[in-house]
Amino acid sequence: MNGDLLHILQFVISAVLMAGGIFFVIAGAVGVLRLPDFYTRMHAAGMTDTLGAEMILLGLIVQAGLSQTSLKLALIAFLLFLTSPTATHAVIGAAHHAGLKPKLGKYRALAPGEEPLAKSKAKAQAKSKVKSARKSRAKKRVK
Amino acid sequence: MIRSVIILLMVLAAYWLTLSGYFHKPILLIMGVISIFIVLALSWRMKILDSETVPYFHGKALGYYVWLFVEITKANMGVVKAVLSPEMEISPTITKVPMKQSTDLGRVTFANSITLTPGTIAMEMCEDTILVHALLAEMTEPSGFIEMSDRAGWAVSDPMLGVIEQGAG
Repeated sequence: MNGDLLHILQFVISAVLMAGGIFFVIAGAVGVLRLPDFYTRMHAAGMTDTLGAEMILLGLIVQAGLSQTSLKLALIAFLLFLTSPTATHAVIGAAHHAGLKPKLGKYRALAPGEEPLAKSKAKAQAKSKVKSARKSRAKKRVK
Repeated sequence: MIRSVIILLMVLAAYWLTLSGYFHKPILLIMGVISIFIVLALSWRMKILDSETVPYFHGKALGYYVWLFVEITKANMGVVKAVLSPEMEISPTITKVPMKQSTDLGRVTFANSITLTPGTIAMEMCEDTILVHALLAEMTEPSGFIEMSDRAGWAVSDPMLGVIEQGAG
């Protein structure tokens, strides 16, 4: 009877942890879709591989109990803890070195009926900026 | 040198045992020992056995990671709130954060901690500053970075420059 209760408790804890992890992964995916530019999108992507992945792994560790499998899962969690910020930093650093300008200052999402005119203008500006940056780089290469 | 050899030996043995799980098959155990010694010999010949390849953690680092996990959870809440709210009011900012760590391990630990915390990403490391991109302007408060810097330096027992200056003055 006692063992049954422990099993149920183990199941509930792991289910709660995994559900929380899935929530953060989905929130990160929504963030990647909604946020305006590359740099801010990386923040949402970082959310999925910190708390999202770690909570799912923690839930799986609880599910596996004390065994070799849980040790392996802990190893994966530890390696993710070290490698995911390194990968994020590498991607952001590459964008920074390539000269991608981040959007700064205040930003607000459009209301459902709002005209996306300002947004398209900003997009066109950003595009022309990227183009000019490419052109200048191409010129440098020629030189 | 001898210390890093011993640490690498122990780490490799623990790694092999964790991944294979063979405790009662002598042939496989012997194979594992042989492969560990081959790796040791190779890294000895390559002369890469130093504090950079074998960074060793002590108990303090574990306490630091527990604190960091709590901070990550708190910061995640802020980012989730900002992203899922219909208005999505964000204010991306770039700030320079002073970095007082003097060893490479201390600098990497601090920069990685900044990137791990959602809402702040380390963009570039300079001599004694880090360029940080933040999703919300209120995430760039200096007091938070100072606390994280102090704790990261403490976790890898880094002789931090700022602390020494304070002690002298």
